[in-house]
Amino acid sequence: MTGEVAVLGAGMHPWGKWGRGFVEYGVAAARAALADAGLEWRDVGSIVGADTVRGGYPGYVAGATFAKALGWQGARVASVYAACASGAQAVAAARAQILAGLADVVLVVGADAAPKGFFRPAGGDRPDDPDWLRFRVLGATNPTYFGLYARRRMAVHGDTVEDFAQVKVKNAALGALNPYARYRKRVSAEEVAASAVVADPLRLLDICATSDGGAALVLSSMEFARRRGVAEPVRIRAVSTVTPTYPNTVLDLPDIATDSAAAVEPADGTFRASIARAAYEEAGVGPEDLSLAEVYDLSTALELQWYEDLALCAEGEGAKLLREGATAPGGRIPVNTSGGLASFGEAVPAQAIAQVCELTWQLRGDAGARQVEHARVGITANQGLFGHGSAVITVR
Amino acid sequence: MVTGWFAGEGDDFTLLGTRCSACGSVFFPREDSHCRNPGCDSGDLAEIPLSRRGRVWSYTDSRYRPPSPYVTVPELPWEPYTLIAVELAAERIVVLGQAVPGVTVADLAVGAEVEVVPGVLHEDGETIWTTWHWRPTGVTA
Ligand SMILES: [Zn+2]
Repeated sequence: MTGEVAVLGAGMHPWGKWGRGFVEYGVAAARAALADAGLEWRDVGSIVGADTVRGGYPGYVAGATFAKALGWQGARVASVYAACASGAQAVAAARAQILAGLADVVLVVGADAAPKGFFRPAGGDRPDDPDWLRFRVLGATNPTYFGLYARRRMAVHGDTVEDFAQVKVKNAALGALNPYARYRKRVSAEEVAASAVVADPLRLLDICATSDGGAALVLSSMEFARRRGVAEPVRIRAVSTVTPTYPNTVLDLPDIATDSAAAVEPADGTFRASIARAAYEEAGVGPEDLSLAEVYDLSTALELQWYEDLALCAEGEGAKLLREGATAPGGRIPVNTSGGLASFGEAVPAQAIAQVCELTWQLRGDAGARQVEHARVGITANQGLFGHGSAVITVR
Repeated sequence: MVTGWFAGEGDDFTLLGTRCSACGSVFFPREDSHCRNPGCDSGDLAEIPLSRRGRVWSYTDSRYRPPSPYVTVPELPWEPYTLIAVELAAERIVVLGQAVPGVTVADLAVGAEVEVVPGVLHEDGETIWTTWHWRPTGVTA
């Protein structure tokens, strides 16, 4: 099939609170990905960095920052920022360069050293920035939005806080098996219930932490992979980077209000659902073809929402799918086999890349105790602040 | 800070949005330079008051002190506030806001009616920052 690129290497720096700079994490992940691919940094024709804006000025030029740290060798360079979708956009940029014949081998890197506590906007009085406004005018942190979605699901679909807790129990059990995860301890439903409420109805253990971490991929043309003797590489078949469709009628980060549907009838399905739909259409596969999925579980309740947006089940049936065990190991469609953000925490520019690392290992059969049997097709899904879609479909 | 987002006092207090004269799209916070409907190229937007009453779309609270730029007094113990997302039927829009002080999540339900009232976001010796709050009317869905 035309339009595919090969994943020759995947690498990570373990996630946690290490107290070092993001460059160190990115370089460690990059070296791991190159070693996995069996390539030298000098073999790389282009480097794409997913930006962090939390590391100060160098973060805005992530691609070149990583290139300098690895040793200037004249590679083509690009840096992208799309909040939580930065990693997916970096993959998209790399793929476009390969398919356009601009580079045979591209290194994609994302890394961050996250601040403690809540994410917050940059400083200064900036009332032209919706992210600044939601904090200043409403005190609306990220967890308050997750709380709004969770409460809405309870009211509309009958989800319970016990359902939400079971998402954490599932993901923590998987994270315990992943050497790159920050949290490697199983969690019980009782422990979730005993943790403090952060934003009603969600508790501390329903919400992902912030972390340091890094992830990297080495992508190449299919022809290059064949020349290297890699006959059946994991391939990226779709990268969805879509924006919403007006009017976007689901209240979303960082907005204070939705678009109004007074003049234009909303399209079928939500923005999140359209992210997955675009990926399925591009890849020529459907939810029934999936072996596994990696989704952005910023909160436990949000993972259930993704089940529906990925069309793993009908609207409102996310909790039912979970209760049936379909998304657990051994189930019909395991979700967040890596342990998810529940086990990793957020390192914003790295996470969408880390999701593709997990798919790569799973599709190669290299996922150890987390391995999904006969994994052939995987999807990642997440969403970046300010209207950035992000989904990647890989096949083997 | 949020010039022109609300006006009036007491029963006349309303949120202010804008409406496109060409397609009728409504915007809050106000959009003054161009219509954001991709099928409309109008730049003619007029200020309108939004409906004073709506229904709770969802709600939550903030049990931990938010970071700056939200203004709090670090010396005082943290008092959680409630956030309500409210669906305005005529405008077909959902608007987030804080609940009036004292209203907790236990007082709310999705679908319950609330109305917009003036409120104080924060005050210090020199300035009072006013805002809008949502207050339950006691009418349930
Ligand atoms: Zn218009």
